[in-house]
Amino acid sequence: MSNNSPFLRQPASVQVVMLKVLAALLPGIAVYIHFFGWAVVVQIAIASVTALVAETVMLAIRKKALKPFLTDGSALVTAWLVALTLPPIAPWWLAVLGVLIAIVVAKHLYGGLGQNPFNPAMVAFCALIVAYPQLMSQWPAVGFTDFGAQMQAVFGHRDLDAVVMATPLDALRTALHTPEARATVSGVLGSHATFGNIGGRGWEWIALGYLLGGLWLVQQRVITWHIPAAFLGTLGLASLLASLASPDQYAGPAFHVLTGGAMLGAFFIATDPVSGSTTPRGKLIFAAGLALLTWIIRVFGAYPDGIAFATLLMNICVPLIDMSTQPAVFGHKGKQP
Amino acid sequence: MLEALLVMALGSVILGGALGYASVKFRVEGDPLVEKIDAILPQTQCGQCGFPGCKPYAEAIAKGEADINCCPPGGEDGIHKLADLLGREFKPLSGEHGVEKPKSTAVIDENVCIGCTLCIQACPVDAIVGAAKQMHTVVASQCTGCELCLAPCPVNCIDMVPIPETIDNWKWKYPVFAVQKAA
Amino acid sequence: MRPLFGFTGGVKPASHKTESNQGGIVVAPLPPVLTVPLRQNAGLASRPLVQAGDRVLKGQAIAGPGGSISVAIHAPTSGTVRGIETHPIPHPSGLLAPCVVIEADGEDRWIERTPVDPYALPVEELRTRLRDAGVVGLGGAAFPSFVKTQHGPTQRIETLILNGAECEPFITCDDLLMRTQAGQILDGAAVLAHIAGAQRIVVGIEDNKPEAVAAMTAAAQRAGLLVEVVAVPTRYPAGGEKQLIRVLTGIEVPFGKLPPDYGVQCFNVATAYATARALLHGEPMISRLVTVTGNVERPGNFEVRIGTPIADLLKLAEPKADTDRNLMGGPMMGFALPTLDAPVIKATNCILAGSKAMFPAPGPEMPCIRCGSCARACPMDLQPFEMYWFSRAKILGKAQEYHLFDCIECGCCTYVCPSRIPLVDYFRFAKSEIRAREKENEAADAARQRYEFRLEREEREKQEKAAKLAAKAAETKAKLAQAGDADDKKALIAAAVARAQEQKAEEKPGVE
Repeated sequence: MSNNSPFLRQPASVQVVMLKVLAALLPGIAVYIHFFGWAVVVQIAIASVTALVAETVMLAIRKKALKPFLTDGSALVTAWLVALTLPPIAPWWLAVLGVLIAIVVAKHLYGGLGQNPFNPAMVAFCALIVAYPQLMSQWPAVGFTDFGAQMQAVFGHRDLDAVVMATPLDALRTALHTPEARATVSGVLGSHATFGNIGGRGWEWIALGYLLGGLWLVQQRVITWHIPAAFLGTLGLASLLASLASPDQYAGPAFHVLTGGAMLGAFFIATDPVSGSTTPRGKLIFAAGLALLTWIIRVFGAYPDGIAFATLLMNICVPLIDMSTQPAVFGHKGKQP
Repeated sequence: MLEALLVMALGSVILGGALGYASVKFRVEGDPLVEKIDAILPQTQCGQCGFPGCKPYAEAIAKGEADINCCPPGGEDGIHKLADLLGREFKPLSGEHGVEKPKSTAVIDENVCIGCTLCIQACPVDAIVGAAKQMHTVVASQCTGCELCLAPCPVNCIDMVPIPETIDNWKWKYPVFAVQKAA
Repeated sequence: MRPLFGFTGGVKPASHKTESNQGGIVVAPLPPVLTVPLRQNAGLASRPLVQAGDRVLKGQAIAGPGGSISVAIHAPTSGTVRGIETHPIPHPSGLLAPCVVIEADGEDRWIERTPVDPYALPVEELRTRLRDAGVVGLGGAAFPSFVKTQHGPTQRIETLILNGAECEPFITCDDLLMRTQAGQILDGAAVLAHIAGAQRIVVGIEDNKPEAVAAMTAAAQRAGLLVEVVAVPTRYPAGGEKQLIRVLTGIEVPFGKLPPDYGVQCFNVATAYATARALLHGEPMISRLVTVTGNVERPGNFEVRIGTPIADLLKLAEPKADTDRNLMGGPMMGFALPTLDAPVIKATNCILAGSKAMFPAPGPEMPCIRCGSCARACPMDLQPFEMYWFSRAKILGKAQEYHLFDCIECGCCTYVCPSRIPLVDYFRFAKSEIRAREKENEAADAARQRYEFRLEREEREKQEKAAKLAAKAAETKAKLAQAGDADDKKALIAAAVARAQEQKAEEKPGVE
C-alpha cells in the first residue's frame, strides 16, 4: 500500500464492477428461462462451478493470491457468458470444456486478469463451434421447457430429434442458401411459429431483456454508450442497406438486431474492457468493425452466429485502433495530426 | 506447371522490386553506430573498460572487438541499453573491469595538497583547477567520478565522496507492487 | 453572467469543509524558536544574509533571492539568530535542508515598515518590492509571484484570474480569508493586475462557499472595482490552475506553455492578500493562514508564523489519539509529513491529521482491467492506464509519448481506480526518473565535450612541440654544417644531453 496522495479512494472495486455486470445479465436470463426452461440455470451453474475450480487451480499454479482474484467475479462473468452462448440442452461436458478453454487457455495462459488479448468467452465459443458444430447448433424448440427431458439431454442419453430445432438465424440462412428451396426473406420470416414477430419467437424478448440490463450498465457507468450504440447502429445500417437493395435475399435491421447474440454482444461481449478498445473513438471503430464482420459472417458464413469470430478478429486490431485514436490531451486539441 | 512458375516468378519480381524501392526510399538516416553507442556510455572517461575513454570503447564495441559488459559506471542499466541497441543478449557486468559504485565526486584535501599538478594532468575532463605549487581543487559539477586522479597523487590527498541525497536530487521511488503479498 | 466552460473528468469526494470553516481565525502563539527554511519557493533556494549571533527584527530580510526565480525570506519575529542549521523541512523525502534558526526574544518588534502607493511607482520597482517582500504563490506551489507578473514579448496578460476555488476537501483557509479579508484581497489583486498590465479581474470560487462569494462580491461593489466574482461548479480539481482558467475563459493552457501565452495569469486569493500586505502595508510574508483539520478535536484556521514547528501548531487543534499520519496539504494532493519537527513554510496551506478510519487502507492492488475509469476521471484528458502500463514497465519514452508530463498529479485516476492501483505514484516515479536521466545525459554530454576538447588540446600541444623540435633540429643541423669540426659536434651533443637532463629534472618537481 502506498502512503502517498491521494489518500481518499472511491469505494470502487473490480468486484463491484463484475457483480454489476452479472446483475445486468439477470433480466435477459429471466426471459431466457421463460422461453427455454430451467436448463439455462443448470448450464450457468455448471459453468460457474467449473470456472471457480479452474480459476483456483490456475491461481495456485501461478502462485497468485487466491482471495482477491477468486472473489473478483471476473471468472463468473466469463462463465455466465459461455453458458449463455451454449444451447441450453447441450451436454454438460460441453459447458465444462468451454469454460476450461476460456479460463485456462484464453485467460490464464495469457497472464490472467487484465492481460488476455482475446475475449475468453468468445475464444471458448469459437473453439466449441469448430470442434462440435452439431452440438452447438442443437437448440431446443421454444417452449420445450420440460425440465426432466432437458436434464435427460444434458446429462444422459441424447435423443433429441423431436425437440431440436435450428435458431431463427440458422434457419433463415439455411433456407436462403438452399437454391432449390427458392426461399425469400419475407417468406421464411412469415412463419410465426419459428420467427415470432421480428427476431425469432422468444429471441426478440430475450434480446430486450439484455437491452434492459445493458442500459442499466450504461446508467451505472460500468460501460459507456459508444460500443453498444456503434455495434447496434452498424449492424442495423448494414442490414438495412442490404435489405433495401435486395429485400428477398437479406433480412432487415429489426431481425438482425433482435436475434441471436446481437444484444448480448453489444452490451456484454464487445464491452469487455480488457480485450476491447478503450478510447472513445476507438470504441466506435471497434464496435462498428465488429458489427460489420458479424453481419458478413451471419449472412455469407456457415456458422449460426458471427459475433464470436468477429470479436476475435476485432480483438486483434485493438492495439492498432487504440494507438491511432488517442484522444487529444488538454490544451493539445486541434493540433493532432 | 509453367503457369505456376511464371506467377511465382512474377510475384517475386514485383515484391522484390517493392522491397528494394522501399529500402531506398524509406532509408532511415541514423547516427553512425559508434555515436549511438557513445551516447549510451556514461562519459566518465575512466578507462576501466581497458580503452582510453568512452569513445574508443564505443568504437571497439561497434567493431565487435569489445564486449558490452565492461563499463562499471554505466552499470546494468547501461548494459541493458547496449544489448537493446545492438540486439545482443544481456550479460552481467564483467568483474574484471570493476564493480558498479554509487556516483561520487573527487574531493581534494586542500590542507594536504602540495600543488604538483599531476592530478590536473590526469583528469580526462579538465575538472581540476590549480597551478604548479598552488593548491588544487575539483570543480564538483564537472567531475565524472572516474578516479583517475587518485593514483597519480603523490600525497594521497584525493578522496572519492559519494554524492549525497538532497532535496534537489531526490527522486520518487518506484511504487511497491503489492499483489503478490496480498493473501 | 459569464458563460462557464467546465472541464472533462474530475471527481466529487466528500468536501469536509464545515469541520474547519465554522469558527474564526485563531492567532497561533509565538513559539520560542522558529526554524525558517532557506528553500521555500519553487525555483532556487534563497541565499542567507545573517549568521549566528545576529539580532534580527520582525520582518527583517534574513535571506535574499538566490537567483532570478527566487525571493527573499524574512524573520517572522524579533530575536537572535542561533545559526544556519540543517533541519527537517516539510517534504515527502524527509530529508534535511538548511534553515535559519531564530530564538525569539518575545518582543516581536517590527522593523520599520514602508508602505508604498503602488500606482505612483514604476512597475519594475513594484516587482522588486514584491520579490524582496518574499511573496510567493500561496496555493501550494510557492512560485515567486513577481515572476508571474512579467510576460515575454510574445505574451500578454489581459485577464487576471483570482483562484479562490479551493477544491481540495478539508481545506478552508482561502474560504476564511475571503470571508474576512475580501477587501484586502481585491486591493492586492488590483495591484497585481496593475503590475501585470491586466485589464480585467475574474475571481473563481467553488459554489460550495456561498459566504465567500457573497463577501467578495460585496467587497468588489464597495471598492467600485471592475471585478467579476464567479461561482464555479464544485468539482475537484476545479481549483487546478489549468482547470480554473478553462472554466472561466475556455482557454486550455497545455503543458509547455504558460497562461500569459494565452493572455491570462492566475493568482491564489491568499497571494493577492499577501501582495496587499507587502506593498500597501510594508509587511513582508512572515505568516499565513493554515487550516488544521481532520482527526482533531478542534479543527479550525490559524494565523501562523512561518517557521513555527508543525507539532506546536497541531497541538492547538488537539489531535485525537488514533491519529496515525499527518498530511501537509489536502487528501488528494498533499503528502504525509515524515516528521512533525518540520516547520510551517509559505506553501503550508493545511495540516490534515488522519487515521485509519478516515483514510482506510485500500484493498489489495489488482491488475488493470483497462476499464477506462481513470481516463474518464482525468481532467487533462489523458489515458492514465496507458501511462501506467509504460511507467510500471519503466519504458519511460513511451510513457512520455502518452503525455506523461501533462499530468498534474491531481490524483483523480487513483481515486476512481477499481483495481486500486496507485497510478499517480507511478507517474511521479516516472517523471522524476525522466528528469534525473535528462540531468545525467546533460552531464554526460558536457563531460564528452570537455573530454574531446582535452584530446584536441593534447593533440595540438603535441604538434606544437614536434614543430618546435623540428625547428631546433634544423637549427642544429645548420650549426653543424657550419662548424664541420668533429670536436665541435661532440661539444654540441654534450650540451644537448645536458639540456635534456635539466628538462627532465624540471618536469618532476618535488617528487623526491
